[in-house]
Amino acid sequence: MTYTGWIIMTASLVGLSCGIIGVFLILRKMAMMADAISHTVLLGIVTAYLVTKELSGIHMLVGAIIAGLLTAFMVQWLHTLGVQEHASLGIVFTTLFAIGVILIATSVGNAHLDVKHALMGEITFIPWERMALPVIGEVPKATALLALIVMFVTFCIVAFYKEWKITTFDPALAASLGIPVVFMHYLFMCLVSVTTVASFDAVGAIMVVAMLITPAASAYLWTDRLSIMLLLSGSFGVIAAIAGYYIAAFMDTSISGSMAFATGLVFLFSFLFSPKHGLFASRGKLLKGNLKF
Amino acid sequence: MDMGSILLNSSLQWVLFSTTILGIAAGTIGCLAYWKKQSLLSDSLAHAALPGVVIAYLMLGEKNLIIMIIGAGISALLGAYFIHFIQSSTRIKEDTAMGMILSVFFGFGIMLLTIVNRTAGGNQSGLDSFIFGQAAAMVQSDVVTMFCLTSVVILIVFIGFKEWKLYLFDPNFAKGLGLSLKWMNGIYMTIFVTTIVVGIQAVGVILIAALIIIPSVSARYWTHSFKTMILLSAIMGGISGALGTFISALGSSWPTGPFIVLFAAALFIISLLFGKEHGLLIQYIQRKRHKRLVGFHANNIRLKTKEVE
Repeated sequence: MTYTGWIIMTASLVGLSCGIIGVFLILRKMAMMADAISHTVLLGIVTAYLVTKELSGIHMLVGAIIAGLLTAFMVQWLHTLGVQEHASLGIVFTTLFAIGVILIATSVGNAHLDVKHALMGEITFIPWERMALPVIGEVPKATALLALIVMFVTFCIVAFYKEWKITTFDPALAASLGIPVVFMHYLFMCLVSVTTVASFDAVGAIMVVAMLITPAASAYLWTDRLSIMLLLSGSFGVIAAIAGYYIAAFMDTSISGSMAFATGLVFLFSFLFSPKHGLFASRGKLLKGNLKF
Repeated sequence: MDMGSILLNSSLQWVLFSTTILGIAAGTIGCLAYWKKQSLLSDSLAHAALPGVVIAYLMLGEKNLIIMIIGAGISALLGAYFIHFIQSSTRIKEDTAMGMILSVFFGFGIMLLTIVNRTAGGNQSGLDSFIFGQAAAMVQSDVVTMFCLTSVVILIVFIGFKEWKLYLFDPNFAKGLGLSLKWMNGIYMTIFVTTIVVGIQAVGVILIAALIIIPSVSARYWTHSFKTMILLSAIMGGISGALGTFISALGSSWPTGPFIVLFAAALFIISLLFGKEHGLLIQYIQRKRHKRLVGFHANNIRLKTKEVE
């Protein structure tokens, strides 16, 4: 495949995995948790690097999972101690992120790790670092990792679809049915961390939040069915990723930035034109209502 | 470099002074935000300010702090308005709206910034300073601007203290007294955004939220009085600002923002452990005393039942 082909492929995989995970994030009202985890994952990666002295996929994944779980756990813990939920989120992620940045600035320094890179992502480097896979041939490392993550996430969602649905919409019912709600919560946090770290190279810590939340929020405006919302959100993610690439190519600017911007455009479109919850639809309903009385 | 010579360094004195007063302002505003349950909004608005900064720079063609602060302020207020508009006109919840505005505005800002950096000859330094803050690079005129703006913020909170208290804790009563909630909201949003955009220059887009959130929660562990809470929060913010700046000056090119946050977090952990109100230690002692009392009574009852038998 060509250089551009690999970039678009990688970006689409980011859009797809983030779009799917994002649906549960916003339905579980945990959108800002995505923001928090995307920042603390940096600490996980740095620590993994300091411990193992290498930057390979699997170490980063483990580091990211631990950081993500630690974030979720600490936020929950502070909340049970009586700190407001938003405030505890803010305390935990900024502190862990600050520690991560300080570690990079003081000890890892000149190594492969670069805060700016981690925050902004650098998708243009991805096609250069390749690995050989059986059957398929030469594949960029980050793309292979992403493909693996997409499969894993899809498997987790499909295999326990009913459980996810019940724990998301009615945790009390789920608990009474014997579904391990707490375990599912932390499993979900794992999925978020894994998706985030896999998307890191491509879009970076802050723009991954856009990919996680915005396509799902747009899909939320179009449908009331979970399965359709998942499909829509995944497609929106892919569309935004591809559109973002071409906007960036056209304006010669940051690819990750314009991908985030493109998710915003997708949302704007949904916000205006969605038949049920869109601005025009609800204005229209209001107008009809006014006419009737 | 030894510590003495660092403290005598006059440019550091300016920086120390400005981060301290920034910490005080952020701590003060943080208390209002805490009771409005809008702590995380500061994070959102800080990110949303980025496009404004870049557009101001593009229009002016040079770095001018006041214009950039105005640009950032407009952009952040626009973000706040969008968040409000999205959550009030659709079924999308507040934190989803915050996350969207945060990341989409930031992405847009990065797009613009990349273009600016490219046309300005690949100068990347501007980017870093707005994302992590660059207190060390501030010049005297920047410090004066920061000082004026933060002083106004602090002054507004302290002059209208009684009104703020009513506005936060009993808005209906405030309305009954003839206080315009619309105006209070407007003033609150203005000083909130001012603190954020002023702070971006010093500690960066990502960590200014910490300076607003953490001191207020720490202060909460020491008092139930709103006045004392604001004072304590301001003091803790100021101390974190000063200590963080000082420590980051010890190393070469150590980032200022993260160290400030680290000190704020350390103060939070101390407050969480030893705080007078609901601190963990106090709670532990109280529980133990309670247990002993219960044990004592249980013993008494057992003895009495034995006597009866």
